[in-house]
Parts: sequence; structure tokens; C-alpha cells
Amino acid sequence: MAKRIDVSGLTAYYGSHKAIEDISMTVEPRSVTAFIGPSGCGKSTFLRTLNRMHEVTPGGRVEGKVLLDDEDLYGAGIDPVSVRREVGMVFQRPNPFPTMSIFDNVAAGLRLNGKYRKNELNDIVEKSLKGANLWNEVKDRLNKPGSGLSGGQQQRLCIARAIAVEPNVLLMDEPCSALDPISTLAIEDLIGELKERFTIVIVTHNMQQAARVSDRTAFFNLSAVGQPGRLIEIDDTERIFSNPSVQATEDYISGRFG
Amino acid sequence: MDISTKTTDAPPPAPQPSLAEQKRNSRGATRPGDRIFLGLSRGSGILLLVIMAAIAVFLTYRASLAISKDHGNFLTTFEWNTNLTPPVFGIAVLAFGTIVSSVIAMVIAVPIAVAIALFLTHYAPRRLSGPIAYVIDLLAAVPSIVYGLWGALILVPHMTGLFGWLNDYLGWTGIFSWDSGAPRSMLTVGILLAIMILPIITNVSREVFRQVPQMHEEAALALGATRWEVVRMAVLPFGRSGVISASMLGLGRALGETMAVATVLSPDYVIHASLLNPGGGTFAQNIASKFGEATEQGRDALIASGLVLFVITLLVNGAARMIIARRKEYSGANA
Repeated sequence: MAKRIDVSGLTAYYGSHKAIEDISMTVEPRSVTAFIGPSGCGKSTFLRTLNRMHEVTPGGRVEGKVLLDDEDLYGAGIDPVSVRREVGMVFQRPNPFPTMSIFDNVAAGLRLNGKYRKNELNDIVEKSLKGANLWNEVKDRLNKPGSGLSGGQQQRLCIARAIAVEPNVLLMDEPCSALDPISTLAIEDLIGELKERFTIVIVTHNMQQAARVSDRTAFFNLSAVGQPGRLIEIDDTERIFSNPSVQATEDYISGRFG
Repeated sequence: MDISTKTTDAPPPAPQPSLAEQKRNSRGATRPGDRIFLGLSRGSGILLLVIMAAIAVFLTYRASLAISKDHGNFLTTFEWNTNLTPPVFGIAVLAFGTIVSSVIAMVIAVPIAVAIALFLTHYAPRRLSGPIAYVIDLLAAVPSIVYGLWGALILVPHMTGLFGWLNDYLGWTGIFSWDSGAPRSMLTVGILLAIMILPIITNVSREVFRQVPQMHEEAALALGATRWEVVRMAVLPFGRSGVISASMLGLGRALGETMAVATVLSPDYVIHASLLNPGGGTFAQNIASKFGEATEQGRDALIASGLVLFVITLLVNGAARMIIARRKEYSGANA
């Protein structure tokens, strides 16, 4: 059920501060798109506008359009809650609910969405944990708290929780930045598998990671501190990392700044 | 202090502190500042235990004097006649009254306090939540005798309507039947206690709810939770043990409340099945109203009843700790 994302003229504010300005891009279904750029350039802000999490921050507001297939997420009468049920998100720090068991963490989103029978729920939880490559590690302790897992396992638990509700799009905000290299590799492999079912957008500070996991890469930058972040270019990952069309991208990728 | 003998073995011209000395420093007991602080904190800890033990010993000793002379059954007698020889007294009525009034107070206060705390932390706009929190702080600072006066002069007269209604519709249960008399009953006391413990439960709960990490609330939001669902999934479970602790603080105050109860209740030494009929008593109220005119023997008997209140409070706190500890591995502190 992966869907296409079509952003046009998107500007986001924190109060009176303009954080990102006039961003337009298209993200194809069943692909991985990576956002790279220096800190403060608005990649995470932009990501959070794609599931209307930006407006949760006090003072956060958005202008412009985000189309999911043909539906405008910011259209009149669209409930942000229903948007977030369609567009899942994985955060920088693993955040399983500490008061819930592993099973309940995965089932949390399902229970929000409606009534399931016990065995239905069991099946979906198992499928989601398998989908997050976590099933074999936790199948004997589904009733233990999720906070007892390692950081990498917790992050995969969060991915399982996000994909359990079968979203159309999966957003990942630096999902590996708090993890060790082996856990990072596990998540990257997982992203490769998940893109067959979901549209994936990932923010990363790690350019090798962007090069490894993504099909398309978007480079964000800001002209000066306090200025809004802008999309500099978006292109096939291979091209961005070999022969980008903008000089600033090449400077950033080759480590000349940022 | 065998360490000092070891250091003498070391060669005299040692420019750096020997290993043994470093070890001693790392234990934090040789630098003067550390030593003073260690002494102060350890002393405070010991002092607390000594005070607790002294109270327990005093209560137990005086209580045992009284109970040994008691001609009734201390736990089950419905009588308090300490001037007879031999005296006849028992705490049944007091235990019943204390527990019933506190339970009523908790049943009313805890849900309201949690609701207020949630409103202040998760629903109210910031410019509203500040002033409201301030007013609640003020409520906590009102002396209990003032609550008592307010209760006797304002609350009691206004209870007649509620009592009549309860009697009409729920009187058949027996618990809510009202025969006659001013509404100076256990229910009125419970309602007054609820008002008195509301601020402390609200304040502690508010602190706990405020500390729910942003990332857990965002996790719930990102799954498509509404505001109420965020509260249910992330905030309430995280704050559960804190709310229990807050309730225990409130319960402690309700169990021991003296002046307000004594002002509102019209005491008699009986147990009424109905919460509306005036009468009954609580430990603290009974001590306060009888201590002044009591004989030596009567005072010992009152102290014995105080010991029971002490034990009840300990049991309640122990139970609360057990509830919190049983779900420790699911605690929000593991986040």
C-alpha cells in the first residue's frame, strides 16, 4: 500500500521563525529517499511535516501542500491523527513504551485503530516482529518489558510497532544515530527489505549510510545561521555521490564543509 | 587502619601519593570536607531512625500499660470508658470511622486530583495552568482548623440537600439512609477530607505527569493517538507509581486529620451502617477531644489508640510500596 509523496511549496515555522522554506519534491512509492545536510538545515523539521508531527511543537505551523497520492495532508477537514495512522515514524532515540511489554508495544497502534481478536492480534504482532527481524530474539519473552532490550533491539521494536499498523509511508529520523555499528547494519538491512512494502524517507547524518540504503538523496542546506533551510537538490543517490549538479552538494559530500 | 602501617613500608622519598593513599582517598573518607559531609549525612540518617524508634517505644510502653488494665477487648469493644475501675475501652469504632472516612476521601479526591493534574499538564493553555497551579498550592497551605470551620459553617448546612437526595434514591441500600439529625456524619467528614487532600495529590501528580519524556508522548502521537489516547498510553502508565505515592501522602493526611474532623463530626461511640447518620469517630478526633480531660489512665488508653493509627499508617505505606515494587520492571524510570 505504499504511496507517492508529492510536496509543493512547503514552508514551516516555529512561531515567527521560518525553519524551512519553499520545499518541493516527489518521493516515489517503494523507494528509499535519504535526507542529508548539516545540522540545523531543517531535514528533521521537513520530515516531521510529512506526518503532521511538526505542529505538535508549540508554535509549529506549515504552509504549502503535501500530497499523499492525491490527498492533501494539510487539506481542510483532514484530521492529523488519521494522517499519522497512515504515515508511520521511527525516532532518533529508541522509544518503546517503558510501561508495556514487547507484545503490547507492537500491538499499541493496532489497539488504537480498533478491535482485533486475540489470535488476529497475535498474528499481526508476529508478522511485524518478523518484518523487523526481531522475532527470533524476542519470541520467548514477548511478555517482558521492551525496555529490557538492547538499544538496537529497541529500535527494531519501534520499527515493528510502526509497521504493525501497515502505514503507507515510513519516516525515519536518524534511526541509527544512537546505535552501535552492528545494530546499525541490522537496521540498514531491514530498510532494504521494508522498501518493498513501504515508501521510506530517512534522515541521516551518516553519508555512507545514505549511500548504502537510499535510492534517492536530497541535500538540504541553509545559507547562514538563523536563515531558513532549503532543499538544494534531490537526485538519484548514485548521481548525488558521484556527480552532483550543485557545487554546494559536492562540497558537503567531499567534507569541505558542514 | 592497617593501611597506615602499609604506608610506612613505602620508601620515604615517594613524591607521589602511594597507592594505598590513593585508595583511601577514593573511598572519600580522608579529605576534611568529605569526612564532615559523610558524618552529617550519616548522622541525619541515624537520627531519623532513633526518633522513629523512640516514638515506637514510647507508644508501645504507654499503650501496654493501658491495654493490660483494659477490661474490655481492646480491638472489638464498642465502648470508651476509661474512668471506670477497671476501665473498659476498645478501638473498633475509631478504626471503622478512620478507615471509612479516609476511603470516602480517597474515592472522591484521587480521580479529581488526577484529572486536574492532567488538565494542567496536557490540556490547559500555559497562561491558565500557571495561575491554577498557584491556587492549588495555596489550598494546600490553608490550616486544617480553617477547613474545619468552613466545613462546620458552610459545608454541613449545604449537605442536607445531597443527603435528602441520597436517602430518597439510595436509601434502600442502607448505606445511604438518613434518619434524622444534622448531616455531621462520616460522609460529610469524607467529603471535607477529600477537599483537604486534593491539593497534595494534585501537586505531586502534576509533577509526575510533567516529567513524562517527550519522546514517549511523540511515540504515541506518531502511531496516530488522539490527545486522550496519548494520555492513556504514555502519560498515565508512566505516572502510575507517582500517583500511588501521591495518593499515599493524601491518605496519610486523611488518616491523621484531627481538627477538621473534630469540628465537623458530631461524635458518638457507635458504628452506623449508614454513612449519612451523624456519629462515629476517628482515632485522631477521639484523642483530640478526650485528651484534655483524661486521667493518667485515660491518656494511656488514648495513646494505645494512637499506636493503632501508627500501625495502620505503616501497613498502608508498606502496601503502597509493594504495589509499586511489583511492577518495577515496567516502571517509567527504565526509559
